[in-house]
Amino acid sequence: MIIAIVLVLIVVGSVLFHMLSPWWWTPIASNWGYIDTTLVITFWITGIVFIMVILFLAYCVYAFRHREGHKAIFDPENKRLEVLLTALTTVGVAALLVPGLFVWKQFVTVPDNAIEVEVFAQQWSWSYRLPGEDGRLGTSAAELVGDDNPLGINPYDRFGKDDVIVDGGDLYLAKGQPVKMVLRSIDVLHNYYVPEFRAKMDMVPGMVTYYWFTPIKIGEYEVLCAEFCGTAHGFMRGDVYVVSPEDYQLWLQEQETFADYAATRPTATPAAQDSRLVQNRQP
Amino acid sequence: MADLPHDTDPQLPPAEVADVMPPHAHGWWSHYVFSQDAKYIAIQYAATAIAIGFVALVLSWMMRLQLGFPGLFDFITPDAYYQFITMHGMIMVVYLLTALFLGGFGNYLIPLMVGARDMVFPFVNMLSYWIYLAAVLVLVASFFAPGGPTGAGWTLYPPQAILSGTPGGQQAGIVLMLLSLILFIIGFTMGGLNYVVTVLQARTRGMTMMRLPLTVWGIFTATVMALLAFPALLVASIMMLFDRLLGTSFFMPSLVELGEHLSYGGGSPIAFQHLFWFFGHPEVYIVALPAFGIVSDLLSVHARKNIFGYRMMVWAIVGIGALSFIVWAHHMYVSGMHPYFGFFFATTTLIIAVPTAIKVYNWVLTLWKADIHLTLPMLFALGFIVTFVNGGLTGLFLGNVVVDVPLSDTMFVVAHFHMVMGVAPIMVILGAIYHWYPLATGRMLNQTMGHIHFWVTFIGAYAIFFPMHYVGLVGVPRRYYEIGDPSFMTAPVDGLNAFITVAALTVGAAQMVFLFNLVWSLRHGRAAGHNPWRATTLEWLTPVVPPEHGNWGAKLPLVYRWAYDYSLPGAPEDYVVQTDPGPKSPAAAERL
Repeated sequence: MIIAIVLVLIVVGSVLFHMLSPWWWTPIASNWGYIDTTLVITFWITGIVFIMVILFLAYCVYAFRHREGHKAIFDPENKRLEVLLTALTTVGVAALLVPGLFVWKQFVTVPDNAIEVEVFAQQWSWSYRLPGEDGRLGTSAAELVGDDNPLGINPYDRFGKDDVIVDGGDLYLAKGQPVKMVLRSIDVLHNYYVPEFRAKMDMVPGMVTYYWFTPIKIGEYEVLCAEFCGTAHGFMRGDVYVVSPEDYQLWLQEQETFADYAATRPTATPAAQDSRLVQNRQP
Repeated sequence: MADLPHDTDPQLPPAEVADVMPPHAHGWWSHYVFSQDAKYIAIQYAATAIAIGFVALVLSWMMRLQLGFPGLFDFITPDAYYQFITMHGMIMVVYLLTALFLGGFGNYLIPLMVGARDMVFPFVNMLSYWIYLAAVLVLVASFFAPGGPTGAGWTLYPPQAILSGTPGGQQAGIVLMLLSLILFIIGFTMGGLNYVVTVLQARTRGMTMMRLPLTVWGIFTATVMALLAFPALLVASIMMLFDRLLGTSFFMPSLVELGEHLSYGGGSPIAFQHLFWFFGHPEVYIVALPAFGIVSDLLSVHARKNIFGYRMMVWAIVGIGALSFIVWAHHMYVSGMHPYFGFFFATTTLIIAVPTAIKVYNWVLTLWKADIHLTLPMLFALGFIVTFVNGGLTGLFLGNVVVDVPLSDTMFVVAHFHMVMGVAPIMVILGAIYHWYPLATGRMLNQTMGHIHFWVTFIGAYAIFFPMHYVGLVGVPRRYYEIGDPSFMTAPVDGLNAFITVAALTVGAAQMVFLFNLVWSLRHGRAAGHNPWRATTLEWLTPVVPPEHGNWGAKLPLVYRWAYDYSLPGAPEDYVVQTDPGPKSPAAAERL
């Protein structure tokens, strides 16, 4: 008896908590409104199923509780009912999956006009690299990383010379400009996560991962590491600013290129880098 | 070891294997310590698993204290926090849930429910337990090793798991963890082969596969899966141990750690994740399928009604077991693997929701027009349905690749898997202990303590994990020592976290009541007598209760019907035991 009431209260309480509590996702600042829509569809479908199943359960517990002289029916199987329920479930699942895969297709298809922005992670800070005027990032390798080459950029690669380096600073993005976030780590797994952008992806040493989005709202956003990366994981944070295209250009002009950076450091000659490569690359 | 007399019943197929009495113990040691009796081994497994489970419970208190009241407890440093979450997770998933369901319930129930005298390889079965105990002791030893246990998270992802930025990474912690896992898998394999062969070969006459109680189906299928899945974890553990100790680079690419170039190169961290989750996802169902099976029987016995759609339930168990081997990479949607895998794994993952949903419908439909006795096992079974439905439905969020992207690695995931593979299976374990304790000890557990235990556990666990989903929706990542008050939050989560912590402390305290009840009722519990729940299955039909060595006295039981003849029309009682040759079931059940 009490259990039937408690089951109903659980349903009512869950629904009220969902509707009235202040804890909800942060307002979106990227183009991934579709992800939010898919989430809302999922909430509706699963919510309705939850309410129906638990209320049905509560009814059964109440209506068929043991009383003197009461006897259960004998009802081993009911093919029609089982097929009907299977079919309904399949429809519900398809209603979730189809829009989901549709949006995933967009998520993994980077538009041609996206500019590349490299995020460079190490325990426990973020750095960035942006392509220079050639619009391309130079090649890089963990073996090349040193005091004079913090991001491990290949000194022989002409595409790398004009790359803009933001060593340990904040990132600026232009509103409305699609960006392909190219993700690189040199030590352990990390994950570049900005809740307002909805997207996230692990950064894996030894490989380059990516995702894309378009920032749509000017503002300051917090970057969090979303993949456990050691003792200071919870403190690996940073800031990213979405600004107008004009402000973005102003910011970009102030940044140092790899060539500038290397010029001020005598040890950063290609020859010195060669020996480092030989030393650090394993047979 | 003499052959026992055979029954001759023309209705039943002849016995394929001679009925042999398993070896008797000859002295105190082989009787009470190195016992080869599956029932004794089951108790040893269960006691060890529950003991280490309480360590995990205390660890969960520690981590909740940090999350609920950050900064209040000096001894919870970030290193300690990560060690707590890692050991809590690993203990709960492997050393408690897997060991208790398969080593505990599997050992106790399989021989009794299929009508065998014991497991088919009693000596190997005994070894299985002692190697499991060694695995637990090595695990415990890591708490006392220099640097403490590993803090790599229970997934032990390289490279961080074996590097110095992670607690225990360059000390003994990770080495002991991997050694313990290797031991566990060796021990499990010995037990697992036993369970599978016993179900396939040692069923008594008349006990066809389609007459097995669903408990046996669940444990059997889970064991087959575990035998296929654990080898992936075994090789991953060995390879990582080599990377850590011998300097190989299976999972280690070229690295620069805190400015220093390490002598690794060419390995793939993602390869570990594939191996880990090829084990890790079936592992979810290795825990869930025994729970599915057991809860089906609890519902049926205490609702005095046959389980609805028995054959569908069997095929759903087998189907889920098979499908669970092709969904593993849904744990890796944002791992950096090729994004096109997302299409495949999202589809397989959502397909598995269909047989899972069928099971839920059939449990609920079993209660339709039933005669529900609200005993403690029934209450826990109802608690299971609520938490499992809730946790299963949030799985549809995380399985659908694009919805997973914003939620992955947040507290939403933590809430989801605790509801679905933490709280739900534990509800079944607790219900099952209330159900079978009378069989194992001859005494009933105390009702008052049991009710306190149930209500606090059920409502408390829901109060912990339901709101936790919303902490994740807000955007709080998991495995964060401290979230603070970042600008993206729609509302601060401090108060909610403190509430969850208080609920967690309360639920933990209720488990102490349960533990006390387990010990207290051994002496003071009401005598249970034969078959106190009036169940149909064989384990309640032994000549002596609790069952003795060899289970069945002189003659093995003969089975004439399925396990679910409750409230059979025309029968004098509301249950007909499996050994009763009397009135047959109506058409549909006739074939079973």
